[in-house]
Amino acid sequence: MSRVHDMGGRYGDGAIQPASINDKNFKEKWHSRALAVTLATGSLKQWNLDMSRHARECLPPKDYCAFSYYDKWISALANLLVNKGVISADEFLDPIRKTHPLSSRKLLAADVAGVLSKGAPTSRSVVDSPKFLVGQRVKTRRAVNKFISGGHTRLPKYVEKCEGKIEIYHGAHVFPDTHAHNLGEQPEHLYTVSFLASELWESPENPSDTLCVDIWESYLEPMNVP
Amino acid sequence: MPHDIEKHSHSLLPSDPELKVKALETALVKRGLIDPAALDEIIDTYQNKIGPKNGATIIAKALLDKNFKKALIDDPMQILEKHGFLGRQGEHIKVVENTPEIHNIVVCTLCSCYPWPLLGIPPTWYKSDEYRSRVVREPRKCLSEFGVTLPKNTKVRVWDSTAEIRYLVLPILPDKYKDFDEEHLSEIISRDAMIGTALIGDPS
Repeated sequence: MSRVHDMGGRYGDGAIQPASINDKNFKEKWHSRALAVTLATGSLKQWNLDMSRHARECLPPKDYCAFSYYDKWISALANLLVNKGVISADEFLDPIRKTHPLSSRKLLAADVAGVLSKGAPTSRSVVDSPKFLVGQRVKTRRAVNKFISGGHTRLPKYVEKCEGKIEIYHGAHVFPDTHAHNLGEQPEHLYTVSFLASELWESPENPSDTLCVDIWESYLEPMNVP
Repeated sequence: MPHDIEKHSHSLLPSDPELKVKALETALVKRGLIDPAALDEIIDTYQNKIGPKNGATIIAKALLDKNFKKALIDDPMQILEKHGFLGRQGEHIKVVENTPEIHNIVVCTLCSCYPWPLLGIPPTWYKSDEYRSRVVREPRKCLSEFGVTLPKNTKVRVWDSTAEIRYLVLPILPDKYKDFDEEHLSEIISRDAMIGTALIGDPS
């Protein structure tokens, strides 16, 4: 079963509302606070990017659909803080003034520029060679986490069990399906796979349009050679 | 293995998101887990220091200088490092070039991944369900909502950035702008043109 966030190709959504070119800033002041609180708590090192993505995906569907982007961020952050045992939910409404053991990791203003410009590259070295070559035909497996039922995965439902072609090889990258669940980085080779629109949709606008999706090696199986 | 992180404590927070953020910020500040001055610094960075001008600077250069364009497509990270455009959510950048044959559009259907160091804060439409769900299935209809119509023979290629590679579109330079210098050209390369939902010179 898929989760609510996996919406690529879904029917029913209305027209897009493009913005004016001047719309380059935070729309509301609280948006910027939500972003800043989320990024700053990352420095406590109690979770990684894949865990925070999964926390957003795990919001109840009715909340996921109703919340705006930064509301999803801040609500998922609240759940992470409690589920990882950083603070208790009682503190949400009744904060306590008591220094936390993790406060030594607190992000300081002087370190912000360094942390933001450094980022967190996910490329890793691995011993095994890539299984697939650019140009090779491949097929995706089901879009589910193989280790954890209902767990995090980055293979969208709309390309599951579909045939495509290896377009680009990106080296090995941290594997989200394990990394999101405390099962380690387990880096895997990563590819861009292209799919013809005619392979994905019953009535594509143009059958020779293509979709390019970044796909980890274990999401793929080789095509049977006739 | 069971899945244990579906406890939903967020519902105990005030439902108004502004109050929700405030409550969480207060709780964390009191425990010494976040520093309000660091929050201000993060906001200042995204509000004032990072924006689409970064992306437009290198795209303008690439449109006017063939060698630079080749280098940008072959090894973007080296160039971005030189310009000081590296950072969170821009650790692995790939530039995809529009041609008369192929028009590229970028989306992240699973969340809203975006090349922040090059384009700044993502616009609301990019994060909307409408864009995330529809652009992969009906890209031309979506483009029409941005006022963009492609030539009949141009194929659309949609990039769904499901991993940590972030894509930046190198748009086509219309003939009428070929005499522009880098600075003037960078001023008319919109954020949307670098996502693929606008063309250079579009009013959007």
